[in-house]
Amino acid sequence: MTIYAKGVVFEGVDFDNPNHWRLEEYVKRGGYAALKKILNEKITQDEVIAEVKTSSLRGRGGAGFPTGLKWSFMPRNFPGQKYLVCNTDEGEPGTFKDLDIIVSNPHALIEGMIIGGYAMGITVGYNYIHGEVFEAYERFEEALEEARKAGFLGDNILGTDFCFQLHAHHGYGAYICGEETALLESLEGKKGQPRFKPPFPASFGLYGKPTTINNTETFASVPYIIREGGQKFLELGKPNNGGTKLFSVSGHVNRPGNYEIPLGTPFADLLEMCGGMRGGKKLKAVIPGGSSAPVLPAEIMMQCTMDYDSIAKAGSMLGSGAVIVMDETVCMVSALERLSYFYHEESCGQCTPCREGTGWLYRIVHRIAHGEGRPEDLELLASIGDNIAGRTICALGDAAVFPVRGMLKHFRSEFEYMIEHKKSQFAALS
Amino acid sequence: MLSQESLAQIDRELAKYPADQRRSAIMGALRIAQTEKRYLTNELIEFVASYVRIPPVAAYEVATFYNMYDRKPVGKYKLTVCTNLPCALSGGYTTADYLKQKLGIGFGETTADGKFTLAEGECMGACGYAPVMLVNNHSMCNHMTPDAIDKKLAELE
Ligand SMILES: Cc1cc2nc3c(=O)[nH]c(=O)nc-3n(C[C@H](O)[C@H](O)[C@H](O)COP(=O)(O)O)c2cc1C
Ligand code: FES
Repeated sequence: MTIYAKGVVFEGVDFDNPNHWRLEEYVKRGGYAALKKILNEKITQDEVIAEVKTSSLRGRGGAGFPTGLKWSFMPRNFPGQKYLVCNTDEGEPGTFKDLDIIVSNPHALIEGMIIGGYAMGITVGYNYIHGEVFEAYERFEEALEEARKAGFLGDNILGTDFCFQLHAHHGYGAYICGEETALLESLEGKKGQPRFKPPFPASFGLYGKPTTINNTETFASVPYIIREGGQKFLELGKPNNGGTKLFSVSGHVNRPGNYEIPLGTPFADLLEMCGGMRGGKKLKAVIPGGSSAPVLPAEIMMQCTMDYDSIAKAGSMLGSGAVIVMDETVCMVSALERLSYFYHEESCGQCTPCREGTGWLYRIVHRIAHGEGRPEDLELLASIGDNIAGRTICALGDAAVFPVRGMLKHFRSEFEYMIEHKKSQFAALS
Repeated sequence: MLSQESLAQIDRELAKYPADQRRSAIMGALRIAQTEKRYLTNELIEFVASYVRIPPVAAYEVATFYNMYDRKPVGKYKLTVCTNLPCALSGGYTTADYLKQKLGIGFGETTADGKFTLAEGECMGACGYAPVMLVNNHSMCNHMTPDAIDKKLAELE
């Protein structure tokens, strides 16, 4: 797999050096300089948050919420314990960037979290790591130990009175725990079932205490912002879409992998970096932001730039930055069937519209895919979707509906063909 | 019921959380128990619950909610193949079918000699390395084409 590092998270990482992830190498490439700068120059909490606001950094976990604003919601003078939580539960199909961060540059995340802790006056943090990547969890534990030994983590960091403890928590297989309140429940040792919001985690989070949650890539972008300045970060991307972003490209390209490039890069350029389409085939469609994002046909996608605003304008979302590329041979019914199965399988079962509705979506797409579709099925899919979206505690329900809506909007004729002819014009997934 | 080493590992998990929040360690504790005993019986879940000092039902809830806990006997090697869309665009089903045919079992089944269990997995967050397979929940194998499967199976004794 390719890691194309032209951005802030993997800046200077020499992937050929087997020790590239270690503290010593991180420090050599300017690591922990941002933390030292804050502590030595006595930069205030407000100044740190202002810098993050200037950068226009938006949450890299999917929703794209402005990070500086989120940090400013944290009650700074709350008398009790507060928590900082990192979301490395990366389970959105197509996404594999956070894995590479904790494997190849764990200290960027650790430094980013320490700075976040400083800015919001938080002394304890947890990093919740996706179940299936146990080896990466072990590596992260080792990186934490390095940071503790070097005095960057723990009590009296670098001889000041600032203290920050950070621990890793390993998940064990549940997509829903990527949703921030399900993640908190899971961190408390319970089933990962989302909570009602409000109250938001900033007032009632982990163990009922004020909590800030950010994605791995969000935190890992912070050291650069403090070291180089928010303005410089912003200018790497485009207004309202500051910085570079990791794109996990999978599917029918010659070189799948993580590509860290400026927000606003044309999709056509990204496709070229990936070596173009595998086997020289034609591009048919792209899911631009993880499996929950509505699919976009090639003609639209080729006009898009890779940033929050452009992809939203095209009717989809940048989400987690997972770009799933499909060539002309893909049967869209079969692709949707697999995704609908996933949401049905991963619904936590708490809300009826999602628990029952995702099952209905899957069964109907399944029967169309197996030549048993009925003429009324497409209307039925749309109406079930309307009865799920917006009617559940968390956004998993919406996430299950968006792919269905995207497919019916752009590839309706393929579904109609299959219902009428009982077979697809294309081969099933293999 | 568990080795001293496993108990020491559970103690390390407990130390990560506030003293009055021992329940937070249950996920790690069950994982450690399963790694030693291969799968979780009700007795084992109860033992872990009492060690963590939470009600058995709280531990049982966790063991049944998360996909990677095995509550039925599994083979010496549990092979979980990802067939989610990104992997399927790069041969995920071909890999799964190859394994089914080679081992003579379907998803959710174990070979008669108790050596292999085959499972279907959801996205493991490693789609750039597709097709992806997980051995015994913890060891990730990348680019698992049929050739790579042959090699891997030969390694697993
Ligand atoms: C079903 C569902 C799954 C999610 N999965 C993830 C995930 O794997 N990683 C992640 O960072 N955010 C995920 N999110 C978004 C989080 O709830 C949250 O918005 C995010 O972690 C906030 O961090 P950010 O502001 O830095 O993006 C998910 C949300 C939903 C509804
Ligand atoms: S789809 Fe297989 S690892 Fe993501």
